[in-house]
Amino acid sequence: MADEVILLDAWNSAFGMRVRVALAEKGIKYEYKEQDLGNKSPLLLKMNPIHKKVPVLIHNGKPICESAIIVQYIDEVWNDKAPLLPSDPYEKAQARFWVDYIDKKMYDVGRRVWSSKGEELEAVKKEIIQHLKLLEGELGDKPYFGGETFGFVDIGLIGFYSWFYTYETLGNFSIEAECPKLIAWAKRCMEKESVSKSLADPHKVYEFIKGIKKMLGLE
Amino acid sequence: MSTDEVVLLDFWVSPFCLRAKIALAEKGVAFVEQEEDLFGGKSELLLKSNPVYQKVPVLLHNGKPMCESTIIVHYIDETWPSPPLLPTCPYERARARFWADFIDKKVFEAGGKTWQSKGEEKEVAKKEFLEILKVLEGALGEKDYFGGDSFGFVDIIAIPLTSWFDSCEKFGLFKIEEHCPKFSAWMKRCLKRETVAKVLPNPEKVLEFVTSMRKMHGVE
Repeated sequence: MADEVILLDAWNSAFGMRVRVALAEKGIKYEYKEQDLGNKSPLLLKMNPIHKKVPVLIHNGKPICESAIIVQYIDEVWNDKAPLLPSDPYEKAQARFWVDYIDKKMYDVGRRVWSSKGEELEAVKKEIIQHLKLLEGELGDKPYFGGETFGFVDIGLIGFYSWFYTYETLGNFSIEAECPKLIAWAKRCMEKESVSKSLADPHKVYEFIKGIKKMLGLE
Repeated sequence: MSTDEVVLLDFWVSPFCLRAKIALAEKGVAFVEQEEDLFGGKSELLLKSNPVYQKVPVLLHNGKPMCESTIIVHYIDETWPSPPLLPTCPYERARARFWADFIDKKVFEAGGKTWQSKGEEKEVAKKEFLEILKVLEGALGEKDYFGGDSFGFVDIIAIPLTSWFDSCEKFGLFKIEEHCPKFSAWMKRCLKRETVAKVLPNPEKVLEFVTSMRKMHGVE
């Protein structure tokens, strides 16, 4: 039976990128449906009535929501190649912990970067650096968060790399200067086709945010 | 394994710690509870084991620490597979994780607002809280437990939070049973279970604790 896999997503969603990368790592064919989050489609509202957010994976008509949950689902269903989570329960717990940390911290600061200015913006900037430094510490000298191979935590964080240029430009700072190992890690990930083909163009993300700020009178 | 050492860094009234205790009890795993004095001074072990958040619960298995209650319950399920807490089917597992995540994001905070607020804010908080319970009622449907016929992962994530509901009802001035009878029935069903009944704190003691928290927040 042919699997039907559909992804409801938005081009600049760091969470959506997690799913795109996971699907690409597993070599899964799917239909990508771009969602207009300002005017949500009946399909999105039907498939994610609780949160009404992207990404949503629809596998043979059944929806799975929340990006970290979707990536675990993909790993469990298509378990014949490219394991994304470690097999050891302790290592799995560590991986889940860091993806949860990214979930709790990165989206919130990301939003506040473009919606704040002056002192508030300085505070957000410090927070971003703090979170990225912690993650850099966790990476250590390993090529990837999971060790030798690209995995769950790498997938959890890499989408935010497309937003770094936006954070840096709005906050007037260099992430590479603060976290050189993390940027080296991001560039290493970008060498993988599954990543480079899934991430949004950082300059397009910045132009998009510039547009939002203008629209909301936040310049 | 007789050489297994399982330690739980705990705080008696924390619903998040209760999740780990119930899961360990379901698996018949012996463990040592180490009560933390969260207001007086966190132990060196807690600060060392959870440097990022410095919160309980922390599970230490043969010295290796794990943090975040939902992640701990996953670990317990994977390390001691019998009886299984999560379903075997990947789609049902994703559903269980979705509801655990929803409960994590919504219930404690909304419940907290009902006993922390006054006047109109309280009315809004009560409405929001009951709406969340209604959504959970929808997820439960006609089933005995969130996963179906057997007590499992989502029930373990949810039931400890209900130990604070008496306090929400008292200070929020509402009765859950009146608005969400199915949710109420599920609560009673879970409370009959030995692994739950044995670990849930005395509701009067929780009320005392919440009352003192209200004073601390200047709500009394």
